[in-house]
Amino acid sequence: MTARVALVLVSHSAELARGAAELAGQMAPDVLVRGVGGGPDGGLGTSLDAIQETLEEVLATLAEAAGAADGAPVAGGGVVVLGDLGSSVLTVEAALELDDTLAEHAVLARAPFVEGAVAAAVTAHGGADRDAVLASANASVGMFAAIGAAQSPEAGEATSAPPAEGSRTVTVRNPLGLHARPAALVSRKVAELGASVTIDGVDASSVLQLMALGATKGRELRVEATGDGAAEAVRTVAEMIEAGFGEV
Amino acid sequence: MTLDADWAERWVRRTAVAVADARDELTELDRQIGDGDHGENMDRGFRAVVARLDDAAAQPAGADERTVGDVLKLVATTLMSTVGGASGPLYGTAYLRAAKVSGRPQIDPPAVVAVLEAALEGVSSRGKATVGEKTMVDAWQAAVDAAEAAAADAGSEVDVLRAAAEAADKAATATIPMVATKGRASYLGERSAGHEDPGARSTALVLGAALAAALSGPASADPRGAA
Repeated sequence: MTARVALVLVSHSAELARGAAELAGQMAPDVLVRGVGGGPDGGLGTSLDAIQETLEEVLATLAEAAGAADGAPVAGGGVVVLGDLGSSVLTVEAALELDDTLAEHAVLARAPFVEGAVAAAVTAHGGADRDAVLASANASVGMFAAIGAAQSPEAGEATSAPPAEGSRTVTVRNPLGLHARPAALVSRKVAELGASVTIDGVDASSVLQLMALGATKGRELRVEATGDGAAEAVRTVAEMIEAGFGEV
Repeated sequence: MTLDADWAERWVRRTAVAVADARDELTELDRQIGDGDHGENMDRGFRAVVARLDDAAAQPAGADERTVGDVLKLVATTLMSTVGGASGPLYGTAYLRAAKVSGRPQIDPPAVVAVLEAALEGVSSRGKATVGEKTMVDAWQAAVDAAEAAAADAGSEVDVLRAAAEAADKAATATIPMVATKGRASYLGERSAGHEDPGARSTALVLGAALAAALSGPASADPRGAA
């Protein structure tokens, strides 16, 4: 665990929380992701005590990693929390209202549970600070509209983006294509590169948009880039896709 | 009638009895327009509150005099920990904010109004709800308005609590024809009309218990006494 921002995923269901944490964690192995769910009696619901315990435990882990004597995470670090339905969100808010230390280091995102968790995890994996991870989670709600626009027939003509400074068409070689893990690899790499990269028109730094392409083996993808090191970025991303992500 | 920490404890214990008695009614209301767990959740929460009050009563009294806010704070944290549904953090926040304005051994009529206002503010800010959305805010707002009017008329503690309790009861009934736009019931849209909001009904029970606790006085040990 090297990321300074951790995620806590709060659901009505213990299994949903665990599953979402597993999914997000798989895509961002450097990030501490914890799921917490279920009511005080173990059924569906939310438990303030369980949420408080998880937040305190995660903060303690971050502080330990930071080596801070005051129990605080490193600068820019902290916890981003996602909740699923009504009472999860309300209970997290209540937990933050009850405890000033938690309120200082943890922040609640307003995002779709799964998409927000995945986007936040991948952003946190890149070493981003808490505000950036929060923004990434919150922006995930817009991905449906972004994908709709990229896939609409008029998208090609309507685009006002500058002409690509590098482009290449590649064929997906691994059987499962751009599923969660490869999409995370590509988006993390793109985030490191200076250029702005698109794959079939969608933002290649967005793991959610890449996954939503549903690109499986044999699909041809157009990789384009603009900005600093555009040609290099196109080559890097194209090679990743053509190498099959170690799955061929 | 003095409203002190003992009154607050009687209020809470009476609420537990009222909620237990209405458990099936609340659950049935919630089954019609929500997820059917309001009665069970509230009953579980207030049973836990009573258990913690019993524990506290068994402990030797501290050096400081107990405040109304001490009792309400205990209710807040217990409900948040044990209710499990949305009503846990909603009621929990109401009691928490109320506790913050009642950290005194006794409260007078203006302070009762302040407690109700704080509770309303807690529920509406936590639930992001306003009046007319078929939620417990409707009952809390009506109670606050009536309590303010009673206090402005130089009413006693009992007058203020009676005004609040009666207004909350009427407001709960008035949620029946409303279409829900907040909370789980809002998923039903127009079909939510024709049913009373369970949160507004439980709010009326809570405020009814506050009045009953004030009327019963410290001598009455039976929480099921005259209401």
